[in-house]
Amino acid sequence: MRQEAIAFYLFASPWLVGLLLLTLGPIIASFVLSFTDYPVIVAPRWIGLRNYEKMLFDDELVWQALKVTLTYCIGAIPLRITVAFLVALFLNLPIRGVTLYRTIYYLPAVISGVPVALLWMWILNPEFGVLNNFLRVLGIEGPAWLFSEQWVIPSFILMSLWDIGGLMVIYLAGLQGIPAHLYEAAEIDGAGLLARFWHVTVPMMSPVIFFNIVMSVIESFQIFTPAFVMTNGGPANASLFFVLYLYNNAFKWFKMGYASALAWLLFFIILGLTLVIIRSSSAWVYYEGKLRG
Amino acid sequence: MERAHAAQARPGQVAWWQRRRLREQVRLSLATLLVLAGAAVMLVPLAWMVSTSLKDEGEVFLVPVRWIPSQIRWQNYPEALVFVPYGQYYLNSVKVTGLAVVGAVFTSSLVAFAFARLRAPGRDLLFLVLLSIMMLPGEVTLVPTYLLFRGLGWLDTYLPLVVPSWLGGAPFYIFLLRQFYLTLPLELDDAAKIDGAGLFDIYRRIIVPLSKPALATVAIFAFFQHCNAFLSPLIYLNTMEKYTLPVGLRFYLSVMGQTHWNYLMAATLVAILLPMTVFFISQRYFVQGAVLTGLKG
Repeated sequence: MRQEAIAFYLFASPWLVGLLLLTLGPIIASFVLSFTDYPVIVAPRWIGLRNYEKMLFDDELVWQALKVTLTYCIGAIPLRITVAFLVALFLNLPIRGVTLYRTIYYLPAVISGVPVALLWMWILNPEFGVLNNFLRVLGIEGPAWLFSEQWVIPSFILMSLWDIGGLMVIYLAGLQGIPAHLYEAAEIDGAGLLARFWHVTVPMMSPVIFFNIVMSVIESFQIFTPAFVMTNGGPANASLFFVLYLYNNAFKWFKMGYASALAWLLFFIILGLTLVIIRSSSAWVYYEGKLRG
Repeated sequence: MERAHAAQARPGQVAWWQRRRLREQVRLSLATLLVLAGAAVMLVPLAWMVSTSLKDEGEVFLVPVRWIPSQIRWQNYPEALVFVPYGQYYLNSVKVTGLAVVGAVFTSSLVAFAFARLRAPGRDLLFLVLLSIMMLPGEVTLVPTYLLFRGLGWLDTYLPLVVPSWLGGAPFYIFLLRQFYLTLPLELDDAAKIDGAGLFDIYRRIIVPLSKPALATVAIFAFFQHCNAFLSPLIYLNTMEKYTLPVGLRFYLSVMGQTHWNYLMAATLVAILLPMTVFFISQRYFVQGAVLTGLKG
């Protein structure tokens, strides 16, 4: 028994070391740092709650960053969740060549990051990009996209709709887990296509939808690469995403204390939103084999 | 019975089951058309990249767009890649990603074995910790971790990009593998124990060979995580020759400015060849990976 315990800690030791040095240690350090002024070149200086005061009452850019990030989330998450679900529904049908189609829809997720950012800068180019060229054919003069204060966030939302492969795969796995007898039973009861969708597919898929929403909120709040590469927060801070602002504070201006305080704000916002979604879930998520009170 | 009934139907009238099959076929055809149209839309950006990368400078800025260049310039590729040490970036990315993937698969599988097979005081608490830090946004630990690596003198080396992977990979990988190991029957372990096998033998000779699909899934997740990583190499690498591909590509953009789009698209295309190749080789593990996370309807 004792031997087994020793073996457990031995096998788990790589992660335990990582947990202490790269997670728990840094969490405590980050918390302490958030009460200091630390420009790296000199030792940290304790300044109490000053970082938090500044963050909440004295830094307009924090509110701008929150506004930008929230606007993006409100625009992108429902669209991505819905579009990915619809795509997964269609790619779950017995269509000829469906494997090939799944690959095509998943492809953008494979190359995510800097290459996608570069590609979309060129697609969204106001004069020579393919999107505005296409709109011109339809007789519409497209906006300046990334160069326009109003259109820069919609640009990011549009781009995020190209990259739904990750969500789609999880939906597909869920759809394939719905037992066929449920559909058969519904059909015998005379349920049409829509009725089967609403009374079988949607409730059976609700845990998967729930999972995807939670993951999307966490992910979308942490968006960084496209903002850094494509606009660097511009024009006029209209795309100053929260993590970009955090990055600027930490690694451009070396305000390590303030950046730590920002990280904690981000953490509590994400935690709060996740809890709200989890609490709401009992109203709409159906878990098979669980009695509902 | 129904068939007999249908056969009696007057000519010209279609039986209900034929009607139904027809309706289903019409629906399926409509769905196929929609899926096809959607796939075309998904491919437009990639086609745009390929088309641009083969144009000469003048044609890049032609309005309206000419999709097929009047003269296909393959030489854009060799020409585009001389402005920055692109081959070096490729090697760097392969090296960092390879080392990180091996570390992540090896250590996360060890830790998962501990959680799935060994009892110890504190195990359940540690598992709870593992689950809760899965949700922790990386930004919270970003600054102190940077300061730690800086203090160790690891800035501008690959150690900050590789070493964390050798410390359990990521909580999610451990979780995924633990779930998989739990599905393997304990009787196998017991049989081996009777034969005198030690714990490491059980791990190596029984658990690992039976978990190849799950380990492959973790390897693929880790591959894409590290191959596409941008923030950490951006923070930790200063010397231009040490960049990984994503940071190198972004550096390329800042060197070239937003004018030579044919070269930029050529460089982008070369950059995505690595993840694309791995994707096509490993495709079947993707849906499987989603299933393995335990998400069934």
